[in-house]
Amino acid sequence: MNTIVNEIFGEEKPERHERFQGEYPVRVRGLVNSFGDQVIHEDLDLDVKRGEILGVVGGSGTGKSVLMRSIIGLQQPDAGHIEVFGQSMTDAEPDEALGVRNRWGVLFQGGALFSTLTVGENVEVPITQFYPELDAEIAHEIARYKVVMSGLPEEATSKFPSELSGGMKKRAGLARALAIDPELLFLDEPTAGLDPIGASAFDELLRGLKETLGLTVFLITHDLDTLFAICDRVAVLADKKVIAVGTIPELLEMDHPWIQEYFNGPRGRAAQGKPIDG
Amino acid sequence: MATEADYTLDKGDGGRTVLRLKGPYLLSTIANVDRGLRKLDDDIDVIDLAEVSEIDTVGAWFACTLARNHSASIENASERADRLLTAVGESANSSDVSAPRLPLLTRAPEAMGEKVFEAGHGIVRVVGFFGQILAGVASLIRHPRRFRHRAMVHQFESVGLNALPIIGLMSFLIGIVIAQQGAVQLQAFGAEALTVNLVGRITLRELGVLMTAIMVAGRSGSAFAAQIGTMKLTEEIDAMRTIGISPVEVLVIPRLVACVFMMILLGFYASCMAIIGGAVVSDVMLGIPFWTFLMRIHEVVPAHDVWVGMIKAPVFGLIVGMSGCYQGMQVRGNSEEVGLRTTKAVVQAIFTVIVLDAFFAVFFTGIGWG
Repeated sequence: MNTIVNEIFGEEKPERHERFQGEYPVRVRGLVNSFGDQVIHEDLDLDVKRGEILGVVGGSGTGKSVLMRSIIGLQQPDAGHIEVFGQSMTDAEPDEALGVRNRWGVLFQGGALFSTLTVGENVEVPITQFYPELDAEIAHEIARYKVVMSGLPEEATSKFPSELSGGMKKRAGLARALAIDPELLFLDEPTAGLDPIGASAFDELLRGLKETLGLTVFLITHDLDTLFAICDRVAVLADKKVIAVGTIPELLEMDHPWIQEYFNGPRGRAAQGKPIDG
Repeated sequence: MATEADYTLDKGDGGRTVLRLKGPYLLSTIANVDRGLRKLDDDIDVIDLAEVSEIDTVGAWFACTLARNHSASIENASERADRLLTAVGESANSSDVSAPRLPLLTRAPEAMGEKVFEAGHGIVRVVGFFGQILAGVASLIRHPRRFRHRAMVHQFESVGLNALPIIGLMSFLIGIVIAQQGAVQLQAFGAEALTVNLVGRITLRELGVLMTAIMVAGRSGSAFAAQIGTMKLTEEIDAMRTIGISPVEVLVIPRLVACVFMMILLGFYASCMAIIGGAVVSDVMLGIPFWTFLMRIHEVVPAHDVWVGMIKAPVFGLIVGMSGCYQGMQVRGNSEEVGLRTTKAVVQAIFTVIVLDAFFAVFFTGIGWG
């Protein structure tokens, strides 16, 4: 039975990769991005360590989303070198890059759910795309538990994205990002627009997933609570570069004005549990 | 280490049946064992995970489901597997993945009934939309400063000016075809001189305006539906309402005005281009000189033919514009709807234009403008 399956699907079946053992699943060197005259990134370096949750912060328009899009290959950088799982993304053949795509999950800012498919079908898309040899029944069942695991109620499985609230769309997007049990997760402002209870639940979920699955997470966020609660390290984007990477205590030591303003502003102090005007 | 998932079934000590799962239980490997394990109907008491080399949530969920279906217990799970099992065990879900779908026998009449109701409501909504436009026009007359001149001029450009090349070329070619085909038939009666009458009258009365309306429906009616529909999806229209801007005044009326005026100009332009096309063919095929052809047009085409065309043009423009804007405003839900409504806008516009054209033909003949 197994050999027949292999014979039929051997060609199409994506190569099963051993889990990435290197230290940095994502390495960015000398990245340059610009739109017309406007330079977004200039000589930007960043490493994401295996098994960590890396928070990426920066003011609006500092190119956090552009950085993410560059890493996942949606934005062709002007210059620089990007490696994901040790494979070069910047000068990779399209097929090589494919070998990386079934090992990551991406959650876009607005969820980016396929609007003509139900939530369950959305979650199934990556599963059937990468593992066409799976029976429809098992794909359904995987989709079902992923939906609930992402914190959605059961009934949401057969609903269309247009019938969901903003927060539920985020969760459905997360379910789709987690569909193929990726090693690396890219999240673009996952907790924006969630109520505080939902946001903390999301933090917990992410932390749990990271611990159980050994996920590496690249997390763009403005949510200070999320940063303090779950991020192992934080990268600060400013002046077209990553100006600092480190744990929050390390960042607090630095005297860059923006970092001080960010973490020691009223909201930053509140998130740290310090008195606001102390 | 095994690279494929596998399993063995042991009748272990004390009469216990032990299902031993072996190798990696991952999403990428589960397909090998899925069918086999699903078909197992032996009684299983214990599921042993000791030999599982790797496991992810799919593997854990698989073990969980097996355990539930056979009311077996799971043993020898690694720490990682244990955490996954707990996480997955709390995620039972029995709802359908796809949206519910009725059997054909129920679905067909239901769809039919919905269509009938929809048609009824559609008429009410169209009348409502027309009313909104009238109200919008009235309020713009009272507050002329609110009228968006820039939007209107922009629409003039995109509906009228940008359509000149394509409509010109199309009409020119239609003129050629009519003249050439007409001449062939008329030659049989030795009446090829009447080609001038044929080309002049049919283009000014009918084809110039009709073909232009069809072209404008395809170019601009569809664009209106898609633009307004997308704005509806992104809640731009709702945002306008909350700021106190009426979407009918800002979006619909400038487009309608542009459609109405541009149709008159484009229709006349199209007729002229068709006549030029006919003149070129007559010059080459029939030996009627180009300029003589144009002079003859002046003599054989009655003035009311021009009026017939020019009266129909704004009506057709209104129909095309309204159908585009109306369908755009009806978009709700998802991006598929935008495409659907855009198609509807074009089909509806062309159909209505042709039906009206038939009425006009009868009407104008009736009043003696035959």
